Parts: sequence; structure tokens; C-alpha cells
Amino acid sequence: MTAPVTLSTRNLVRFHGKRRAVDDVSFELRRGEVLGLLGHNGAGKSTTLQMLAGALRPDGGSIEVCDIDMGRRPDLAKACLGFLPEHPPLYREMRVDDQLLFAARLHNVAKPKLMEHLELAKRRCGLLNDGQRLIGKLSKGYQQRVGIAQAIIHQPPVIILDEPTVGLDPAQIRDVRALIRELGDTGSVILSTHLLHEVEQVCDRAVVLRAGRVIFSGDLDALRTQSDLESSFLHLNALPESAAA
Amino acid sequence: MIRTIARKELHTLFSAPSTWAMLAMLQFILGWFFLARLDDYLQVQAQLAQMDDAPGATISIAAPLANLLALLLMMLTPLFSMRLIAEERRNQTWALLATAPVSSARIVLGKFTGLLAVLSCMILASAAMMALLALGTQADTGLILGNLLGLWLLASAYAALGLYCSAISRQPVVAAFGALAISVTLWLLDMSGGPLRALSPNAHFQNMNSGLIGSADIAYFLLFCTGFLLLSIHHLRHERGEH
Repeated sequence: MTAPVTLSTRNLVRFHGKRRAVDDVSFELRRGEVLGLLGHNGAGKSTTLQMLAGALRPDGGSIEVCDIDMGRRPDLAKACLGFLPEHPPLYREMRVDDQLLFAARLHNVAKPKLMEHLELAKRRCGLLNDGQRLIGKLSKGYQQRVGIAQAIIHQPPVIILDEPTVGLDPAQIRDVRALIRELGDTGSVILSTHLLHEVEQVCDRAVVLRAGRVIFSGDLDALRTQSDLESSFLHLNALPESAAA
Repeated sequence: MIRTIARKELHTLFSAPSTWAMLAMLQFILGWFFLARLDDYLQVQAQLAQMDDAPGATISIAAPLANLLALLLMMLTPLFSMRLIAEERRNQTWALLATAPVSSARIVLGKFTGLLAVLSCMILASAAMMALLALGTQADTGLILGNLLGLWLLASAYAALGLYCSAISRQPVVAAFGALAISVTLWLLDMSGGPLRALSPNAHFQNMNSGLIGSADIAYFLLFCTGFLLLSIHHLRHERGEH
């Protein structure tokens, strides 16, 4: 039995000037799945994720989140999403608790449930003792954790994480990967990363982008055509465009 | 939701030391001007007493004070409004609001309300100064209230204009300078006279400054604010892909 689709994109296009930064990208995400979005720098990963999260208008194609069309009902679709961009959107002058509560209110968490959601998000991200700290004074790793807590505070069914382990120390990376796996078991996660061993550890499937186009979409085993994932990925990216597609 | 965003804006603006510094300097300038006008008035008071229909303390002191604040609001509002959206873009915090399930209209109205609350604090501080006149003389309450209403409408107009410039810019400095350039152009239209004077917020404030509250002036300010707020909403809707 296949799990229900929580997010799907069809023929997504976005222009940067005259260049097609994202070109005809289509894929699906199912519940209980962690999908890795891979590609070199400039392959269009962040632009794709920003469109999925509703921060950027696609120039073509459609996005559905939990069967809700992002173009038609962005308010309903965005309520089902949690998004951590490449740079966590945190206000330096706010305290951790205030920032997380602001994010929860923006995502329509009911007033009586605010504290419960806050506690759970902080516990999951190891921030239980840091609620009163100023975000501007936190280290990069802690800011990243607050960013993740902010993305999951309203307990969305779909979570989009853009390079969530950048700037973390090894222990934090291990914790965040465990958290992503946990989130993927109960909901669904899209993870963009450069780190192929991270993909091997946490992802079920992968989509590989090159110059804005999908050149691979499928299970990790299918991607692993060479001895290991890294050489397979490099091999795929080195193929001529027609062969890769 | 509008209140949540407005409260956050207030928090952000008041947690910045630059806001307090600007408020303090503004109070200093207004206080100095108030005392200077008061001093001038006291010096000519004996001559004024011999005139029929002499100007009172309110029109000699409070009205020029409001006029000065009107000019300062034109210059200061862009410095606050540039933070609303353009600075969020530069600091990369905009993604939180852009991806939140909140309509662009609510974001714009929340930010506008937050900024207007800060500007209202400035106006209230000047109102306290004007109210001090009542300690020494019979102040013209109607004129003071008319001026305060005028200042508040003018502040709303500059806030809406600043918010629009902030919404369409990626750089806060460009947002601030854009808003200032438009405000100064409109102010110059008022100074130059002629039929285009009617386009200037300052021209409509001048009527209230002299104690005339006309529905045409109020309608102008409402249209000005609504126009720029709608333009801001339209821009964000387009950017965020709302239909």
C-alpha cells in the first residue's frame, strides 16, 4: 500500500532574467518519507524550495500541498508547511521564546495550545533552557536549531529544510539528522543538502537537479549506480544532458 | 493576525536603540522650538494685548510647533518605514512572513499599524507640550485637536507611502530615499503653489494647521493612504503568487 501524497509539483518553472533557473520540475512526496533534493551550487534547489514554500511565485506549473493548490489557496496550503530556508529567518533582537511564539501565532496555532507547541518544539530541538536568550547572541548552531524549531512549531504535515545542518558541530549534526528522521516517520520532509552521506543516512528517495532540470528521481539504490553514492552523483552530473535526463 | 504583526513591529522598532535616539532628538528639537516660540510670544504679549482680535497663544505657539513636527515627520518616517519590509529582505527574515499562511493584506495592515503606533507616540509627545499651554492661558482646544488630527493623518500618509517604498525595494536605504524623494517632491509642489498643490499632503495639512477641518482634506488623506496600502498589497500578492 502506498502512503498518500503530501506534496506534488508539476512542471514548475521559474526564470531568473532570461535564464530558466527552474525548468519543468515535477516530483511527489509521500507521507512517512524524507526526500533529498540534490544538486551542485546553482542547480536551482533553493529556488525550487522557495517556490514550494510559497515565498516565490512560480512562472509556470503548479504546486499542491495536502491536495490544496498553492496558487489558488496559498493560505491553506502554507498552513500545512514548515519551512527552514538557507538562512534561518530569525529576528536578532528577539528572545527565543518570543520568536517561536510569533511564528506559532503566524501559523494559526490556537492560543490555549501555544505553550504546549512551544515546549514540544524546544524539546525536540534541544532548546529547553534557552528560551530567554537573545537570538543575536546565539551561536550559528543554536540559531539553526531555533530555525528548525520555528519550522516545526505548528506541527505541519510537510517540512521543507534547506541545508539544515550547515554550521552545526558534529554532535548537533547527529541530533538534527535523528530529528529529521523522526519528522520523516510521522510526516514528510524535503531536505536539500550538499552532503551525500547525509542523504544516505536520512533520505528514502532523492531528486537530483542540474541546471534547473530534474536529472534523477527515485530510490537511493537506483541512484547508486557506481560503488558509492558520491561517485554515482558525480557520474550522473558529468553525463551529457540528454543521457542524464 | 494584524495585531500579532503590529505588536511584533512595535517590539522591533522599540528594541532598536536608533528609535529611542531619534525620539529623544525629536523631543529635544520640539522642546527647544516650543520654548523659543513661548519666549517670543511673551515678549510681544504686551503689544498683542492692545490689538483687537490679536492672535492667541495657541495659534502662535502650538500651530507652528505642529507645522515643525509635520516637516520632521516627512523626514523621519522613511527612516522607520524602510525597516518594515526592505530591511527584513536584507536581513533574510522576510521568508518567515512570506511563507506564513497570512494574506498580504494582513501583513501590510499589520506593519502599517505598528509603524503608525510609533508615529502616534511622537504626536502624543507633542500633544503633551501643547497641553502645557493650558497651564498658563486659555488654550484653544479645538485648534490643538485639529492640529493633532492633521498630524495623525499626515503621519498615516507618510507611513503608507514609506511602506510601499519598503515593499518594492530590496535595500532599506533605497526604500528610505525613495520615500523621502517622493515626500519632498510633494512638499515642493505645495511650496510652489499652482493647481498641483492639491496633490501635496502638506497642503491639506496646512488647512488643519490653521484650524479648518474640511471633509475634502480628510478624504484626500484617506485616499492617499488607501492608495499606497493597496499598491503595497498588490506588490506583495504578486511576489508571493497570491491570486
